[in-house]
Amino acid sequence: MGDPNNISPAGEGRFSHKKLERNVSLLGFFALIAVAIGGIVEIAPLFWIKSTVEKVDGMRPYTPLELAGRNIYMREGCYTCHSQMIRPFRDEVERYGHYSLAAESMYDHPFQWGSKRTGPDLARVGGRYSDEWHVQHLVDPQSVVPESIMPPYAFLAERDLKAGDMKNDLTALSRVGVPYTKEAIAAANDDLQAQADPSIDGSEVAARYPKAQIRDFDGNPNRLTEMDALVAYLQMLGTLVDVDKAQPQQVAASADSAKGDK
Amino acid sequence: MDRLVFRAGGWLLLGLLALLAAAAAADSGFAIHMVIAALACMIAVWVTASKADYGAMARGILKTPADESRYDDDPIRWGVIATVFWGMAGFLAGLFIALQLVFPVLNLNLEYTTFGRLRPLHTSAVIFAFGGNALIATSFYIVQRTCRARLAFPGLARFVFWGYQLFIVLAATGYLLGITGGKEYAEPEWYVDLWLTIVWVAYLAVFVGTIVKRKEPHIYVANWFFLSFIITIAMLHIVNNLAVPASFLGSKSYSAFAGVQDALTQWWYGHNAVGFFLTAGFLAMMYYFVPKQAERPVYSYRLSIIHFWSLIFLYIWAGPHHLHYTALPDWAQTLGMVFSVMLWMPSWGGMINGLMTLNGAWDKIRTDPIIRMMVLSLAFYGMSTFEGPMMSIKAVNSLSHYTDWTIGHVHSGALGWNGMITFAALYYLVPRLWGRKRLYSLRMVNWHFWFATLGIVFYAASMWVAGITQGLMWREYGTDGYLVNSFVDTVVALQPMYLVRALGGALYLAGAVIMVINIWKTIAGSPLREEKPMTETPHNEEADRPIVAVPAE
Repeated sequence: MGDPNNISPAGEGRFSHKKLERNVSLLGFFALIAVAIGGIVEIAPLFWIKSTVEKVDGMRPYTPLELAGRNIYMREGCYTCHSQMIRPFRDEVERYGHYSLAAESMYDHPFQWGSKRTGPDLARVGGRYSDEWHVQHLVDPQSVVPESIMPPYAFLAERDLKAGDMKNDLTALSRVGVPYTKEAIAAANDDLQAQADPSIDGSEVAARYPKAQIRDFDGNPNRLTEMDALVAYLQMLGTLVDVDKAQPQQVAASADSAKGDK
Repeated sequence: MDRLVFRAGGWLLLGLLALLAAAAAADSGFAIHMVIAALACMIAVWVTASKADYGAMARGILKTPADESRYDDDPIRWGVIATVFWGMAGFLAGLFIALQLVFPVLNLNLEYTTFGRLRPLHTSAVIFAFGGNALIATSFYIVQRTCRARLAFPGLARFVFWGYQLFIVLAATGYLLGITGGKEYAEPEWYVDLWLTIVWVAYLAVFVGTIVKRKEPHIYVANWFFLSFIITIAMLHIVNNLAVPASFLGSKSYSAFAGVQDALTQWWYGHNAVGFFLTAGFLAMMYYFVPKQAERPVYSYRLSIIHFWSLIFLYIWAGPHHLHYTALPDWAQTLGMVFSVMLWMPSWGGMINGLMTLNGAWDKIRTDPIIRMMVLSLAFYGMSTFEGPMMSIKAVNSLSHYTDWTIGHVHSGALGWNGMITFAALYYLVPRLWGRKRLYSLRMVNWHFWFATLGIVFYAASMWVAGITQGLMWREYGTDGYLVNSFVDTVVALQPMYLVRALGGALYLAGAVIMVINIWKTIAGSPLREEKPMTETPHNEEADRPIVAVPAE
């Protein structure tokens, strides 16, 4: 470093900030560099550090019906009041279940971890309540939880599910990395119907999507409504992974390196 | 003339394409949006064709320049009106959803008016519509004055203004129709994002173009902040909204990233929407309007350099503090926490630079309600930039995360810092832009100040109490070793706080209504309101002498 007393008032002769102040291209270039570094260092490694998303058994892409339900979940802005991310604290684990694993949202485009709990966490709400409870609660929340401040969603039960051509949705998701097979994409619209219509054989859905719950969800087997899709999605949340089998990250990482980074 | 035909024809073609897209749309929401876009294009055709400026064409043929002796202030006047309009819309939406949390019946049993759809409407209206219009208008005002040059590309500047309004209308109607990307503060869907990208690049071109044709050798510090704001928002917007549409004729798209990566990309974006949209851009306002209103130079030039580079470098790292104790890897969480704490320093450096600018003009806090607003806004900036780093500490965050404490923190920054500095800038701009001697009423500015201040106090205090209450109730264990409270117990406990919060919001809105009247009367050119002057402290010749110490008896 030079002698600090050598700095001339105008800063001539060595680097001077005045150069940047007189040249908008330089100023913009250095500003871009300054703001790019943080993101590159923090975000980019998440895409190649393997332990970021530890592999667990049971994760599979959403069934077309669950996906349609998830899209309704986002459409209604459920994420503005409900999180889907259980933190590893005693009270949260006792209240909501095992803390959330990174792998459990590996097929979530976009993620729905949420940032605010005006209502409870939903990461493991699947199987906790009956379908009838969910339908009743969504139609008129105060009828089952009198103190609730949740808005009513009665229109979901009255409206046919118009998911559009689900082949497009599965194709788009496969383009961003969700492993839908060609068969799954081709059968998307049939699978959508079969999962909630007891009169259609659902064995293909069950084969393609392990642990898929196949039944009528909204209490009206004659119609496929938006309620069917949303309840199917809610009932699936947190049910795919056997969390007790998931190893702590350190154990997994050491096992991984022992295998020679396979 | 060719140019005119080309432009009008271009808009007509775009409008027809939008109509075709509406006809072939995969979902009704997309169809409605394409009809709105087509209408906007038709308006553009009509404006282009009917308002053909033949004088300008003649000047073009004769190669005579436009009147370069005056600043190009039309888009700024529109921007001021749009800022006030969208501000009122956003505040009203905020008050309404605050009341919904106390009285759920206000959800009206309609899908369009549920909290889940109105909440993004509120956040986008205040951040992007109110804040965004304020930023575009003030940046165009400031860059012209500090560069001593007219706006570059005047046509493009008008496109930026109207294109941005179209973005707002598409985003807002989209939320009500249920069209959303599902990522907070980045909810608009892919085609609206693309449109905003086009508008934003045009904005950058106008802003940089004006700096390039400046007549002053130096680029003023306010423009550094505006420049970094425009560049960074472009980067964040493009990366975070990368998505694959399910259909090019439908509204639905799927984010390019999933899970952990999507979460960090989102909060890298989300936190720096705060850092660059709501901080860097508004600091630029501070660096111009505070010295102008106080008629004092900026306190320290060196501090502004340090402030600028450290702020923009550090802010970007802070995103992971939104994901403490989640499935995000620990190293990223810790990195985010450390940088968030460091961020405290440049933030307060900026606050000090702004406040100390009042050196030698502190008496104006008493006599000038606009200066008073600026000081309060800087005080709130300082407070929330202390609170933020504190909340980013993991131990604190384990309590505050997911609770209303976060909401209180955001609003002390948004209502206090962004709101107050914007109101002050509007009060500064309106008389100058419309050629009035001064505002219709200074006393009404004072009323606005106190309504808003009281409103923020009610808001922030109730949310602190609500957040800490909820956080503690969630983790409360009884002597039997079981959780004491069910979730809904905490909901019940918060009801009084939610009511106080709504009261705070109502006071803030009432203050803004006073501003609307004041600005309206000023623009309309009403005779000045008859009122007492702001200071009632007459000069007392007798008292104006040194105090001499009297020895005790």
